[in-house]
Amino acid sequence: MRPGAEPTFRATDLPVILPAGEAPSHRGFAHRSFAASSAASLRLFTPAAAVVLFAALAVSILVAPAFAQLAQGHRPGVLEMLAKWTPLLFWGPDGEVAGFVLNVVVSFLTMAMGTVLGLFLGLAQVSPREWIRRPAWLTTQLFRNSPWLVLLFYFMLLLPYRIELFGTTIPLPGWAKASFALALPIMANLAEIVRGAINSIPTGQWESAESLAFTRSQTLWMIILPQCMKRMLPPWMNWYQILAMATPLISILGVNDCLRLTRDALAAEGSSEYLIPMYLWIMTWFFVYCYPIARWTQRLERKWSVDI
Amino acid sequence: MLESIADWFRWLNKAHGINLTIFYDPIDAHKFASGIVTTIELSAACIVASMVVGVLGAWLQQSNLVWTRRIVQVYIQFFRNTPPLVQLYFFYFALDAGLAGILGTGNLLGSIGWSFVSLSFFAGAFNIEIFRAGIEAVPKATVEAAEALGYTRFGVYRHVVLPLAFRISLPALNNNLVNLVKTTTIAYAIAAPETLYMANQIWSDSVNVTEMMNVVFIVYLLLVGALVWGMGRWERAMRVPGMGR
Repeated sequence: MRPGAEPTFRATDLPVILPAGEAPSHRGFAHRSFAASSAASLRLFTPAAAVVLFAALAVSILVAPAFAQLAQGHRPGVLEMLAKWTPLLFWGPDGEVAGFVLNVVVSFLTMAMGTVLGLFLGLAQVSPREWIRRPAWLTTQLFRNSPWLVLLFYFMLLLPYRIELFGTTIPLPGWAKASFALALPIMANLAEIVRGAINSIPTGQWESAESLAFTRSQTLWMIILPQCMKRMLPPWMNWYQILAMATPLISILGVNDCLRLTRDALAAEGSSEYLIPMYLWIMTWFFVYCYPIARWTQRLERKWSVDI
Repeated sequence: MLESIADWFRWLNKAHGINLTIFYDPIDAHKFASGIVTTIELSAACIVASMVVGVLGAWLQQSNLVWTRRIVQVYIQFFRNTPPLVQLYFFYFALDAGLAGILGTGNLLGSIGWSFVSLSFFAGAFNIEIFRAGIEAVPKATVEAAEALGYTRFGVYRHVVLPLAFRISLPALNNNLVNLVKTTTIAYAIAAPETLYMANQIWSDSVNVTEMMNVVFIVYLLLVGALVWGMGRWERAMRVPGMGR
């Protein structure tokens, strides 16, 4: 879940001589076998996962109305019910960004904010100046170790619903506050990734840049960070996936996301045999959205993994 | 002593308007304390159950039967790629009603019970992958050496592979367990009386949202901080020499 320290684990693919004390055979072993095993599991589950998920959905769709009809007279079938509500749950009510689309929008916004903030927080953590490094470390630990829902409550309840700025009033809708609240833990975790990636670049890179008369910031932005990209991208994608799955939390605080609309829809239908298919249907959406990201992440990890 | 603390917080409320009822109102104090205890109990129970799920799943994943492996894979991928909150709602609202309907009984488990089940399955899915990676990182030569010494297959697993695998996977396991404790807050959504829910009740009654929000924030930082610290120490003590960095 928290791959913060992962990049430091990676050895380099640059031809560097390892310190004598290190045991490359063990590192290579552990790493390779892990990559190989994830490859094996990739081959294993693709069709099976889809088959069982949709089988579960199909069974629940077929079985539920049978129960319903046993219980009380005729009711619209489950498929009809799903078809009826799907547009609302996906797009939200007319003229409003809501539903599953809002989940995706919030995840994009949060990730954008979190990435920018996290990059600078990560850079601050490797700063040579102590008065920058210490507060940056503290900020990272603070937001990494607090529950997301508590942060959401904190900012949803304590931020105003609009701000006065230079005489103009800017409304702050719930989803904007929620994106900001979720961006903070993302920021902290991405900062750890940035820090780990920078620390995983061999010292020789810094030294050779210095010998070519690069300044520190030039070295950082032109030499170190470009090399970090490959190391940071897979964990960055992993965090996007975790974030996308955390977005339904905003429904607890009254934002009209797909989970809240689902609950409203279920309340409107008012019968319990629709509960299982409806929730499975929503889970399927998230699965269809997140699973390809997870697989892509694994593929990039394997592709860019470094064997010694 | 206790009375003077209570008096000081009463004074704080009167003089500065910082209303921390949990320090002078016995009812609120009791509510909040019971919330913290529930959070700790729920976390501990989920940690144990998710580790059992993890060990069991990792063992089943090594099965020779293709379908056993596939079912475990489906379980892992399903729980890893769907939102934990929707899982919780699914268990608490849908599955509970469904099972009650089929069995013809009343509700099976309360909100705490279903949070326990749902969170254990959620964290367990991650634990399986973590343990599997640990098992696969145990050097083959070690296993072969144990076999050469006459260990049975189960003996090798129990006395050689598992202890080593556990130590290797401890850092990843720590991350996941810390994450699990943070995720217990979502039990709030189904009204399980844990810290956040109790705090919500208190701030609804006493209208001290800001103060209680800060208290909750600090309580979770302390809880998670203690766990991170303890697990970090354990992790360093259990590190396998000569492996990793």
